[in-house]
Amino acid sequence: MEFAVNTSDREPIYRQLAEQVRAAIARGQLTAGDRLPSVRELSRTLVVNPNTIARTYTDLEREGVLHTRPGLGVFVAAPGSELTRPVRKKRLVERIDGLLTEAVHLAFTRDETRELIEDRMTQFQWKT
Amino acid sequence: MTYAIETRGLTKYYGNKAVVRSLDLKIPTGCVYGFLGRNGAGKSTTIKLLTGMIHADHGEATLLGENVATLSNVTRARVAYIAEGHPLYGWMTINQLEQFTRPFYPHWNRELFDRIIDHFELSRKQKVRRFSNGQRAQVSLAVALAPDPELLILDDPTLGLDTVVRRDFLESMIQIIQREGRTILFSSHNLGDVERVAERIGVLVDGVLRVDCPTDHFKEMVKLVIVEFASQAPPVPELPGLVSGQVNGRRWELVFAGYGESQAALLQQHKPTAIDQVELNLEDAFIAYTRGRRRLFANDPPAAPTPAPVLVGNGPG
Repeated sequence: MEFAVNTSDREPIYRQLAEQVRAAIARGQLTAGDRLPSVRELSRTLVVNPNTIARTYTDLEREGVLHTRPGLGVFVAAPGSELTRPVRKKRLVERIDGLLTEAVHLAFTRDETRELIEDRMTQFQWKT
Repeated sequence: MTYAIETRGLTKYYGNKAVVRSLDLKIPTGCVYGFLGRNGAGKSTTIKLLTGMIHADHGEATLLGENVATLSNVTRARVAYIAEGHPLYGWMTINQLEQFTRPFYPHWNRELFDRIIDHFELSRKQKVRRFSNGQRAQVSLAVALAPDPELLILDDPTLGLDTVVRRDFLESMIQIIQREGRTILFSSHNLGDVERVAERIGVLVDGVLRVDCPTDHFKEMVKLVIVEFASQAPPVPELPGLVSGQVNGRRWELVFAGYGESQAALLQQHKPTAIDQVELNLEDAFIAYTRGRRRLFANDPPAAPTPAPVLVGNGPG
């Protein structure tokens, strides 16, 4: 996957990178077991302080998105492996509510919204 | 924690004006520290105090644990300094510059020096004054890095460089950080560069260190809050964490360093119709923060100016 850093973004760099990893996994560009570039490599190619990269990886590891195998590198974890189902569900519901609030304010109907969501869903990799 | 740079009450007057006021700076070993402030805030003066180019009126500074006023040559050789504008002896060629500089350092790395000069494709027989600004920056980087310094102090090193040379320069900084225990203090006006390479920032305002915290923390803490009223907005009251406040017709434009529920509750007491929080990027946060206090009491008598809050800490995580 390709990482990009935008310093005029309001999000701090460590969160921009974390979001890019999450998106790449969700779209199937990264799958469980894939190795990510090392902190050193990524720091050099992105010209970003290595501690920033390390923070991205640590945060994603804490969320269960990545896991480190000492001496081998950082890998994409199996989806949802670390968190319990109620926790995952709660987190998703929060995001869905945010999205639906936006949809209501943008004056979309219930059916239009459902249709758009269905359409976008085809762009992502789903667990079977 | 050990500190590569530590100052205690460092103060410098020019005439009767204090350009650096009671500065307590602590830069941990291994840290890349972005030193920010507007023109005339005291950054260059601080750097000159640290490198011993000028002497403090009060207070003291230590580099790598040794007092600057009595810095031994051995310790001095472990510190590299790049002055603003990359001043070098213009009549020397690169070869002569190397021969001149090398004897000052016990650990001069010829191979590294050659590699940097070759990487930038600089002619060794050309006189330094005939190089462009960007090339002079590259020469001074080579001279600074060849002694394998543990501490680098760089005064606006990328000033006036084109985008490509600047990126090269940043890449070199990243390479230095990747070697354990190397510390860099650099001043800059380029907030994008700072966000990339600096893990901590310090912001000087009128010679006083107002901010000293992780870069991300500053970006997350400084917020613009827009408060809307049904009619003409009342004068802005004093609020905890408020850096600047402006009345603009029916709205207040407030800049906070740290905005949370307690501030929101205080704002609600003024019965606004809406409160909006705007996240800022680093550059906007810096502008909002440093431009702040002058505007705060623009319409009030400046009898009791509240100093801008100091953001100091290690931040979350």
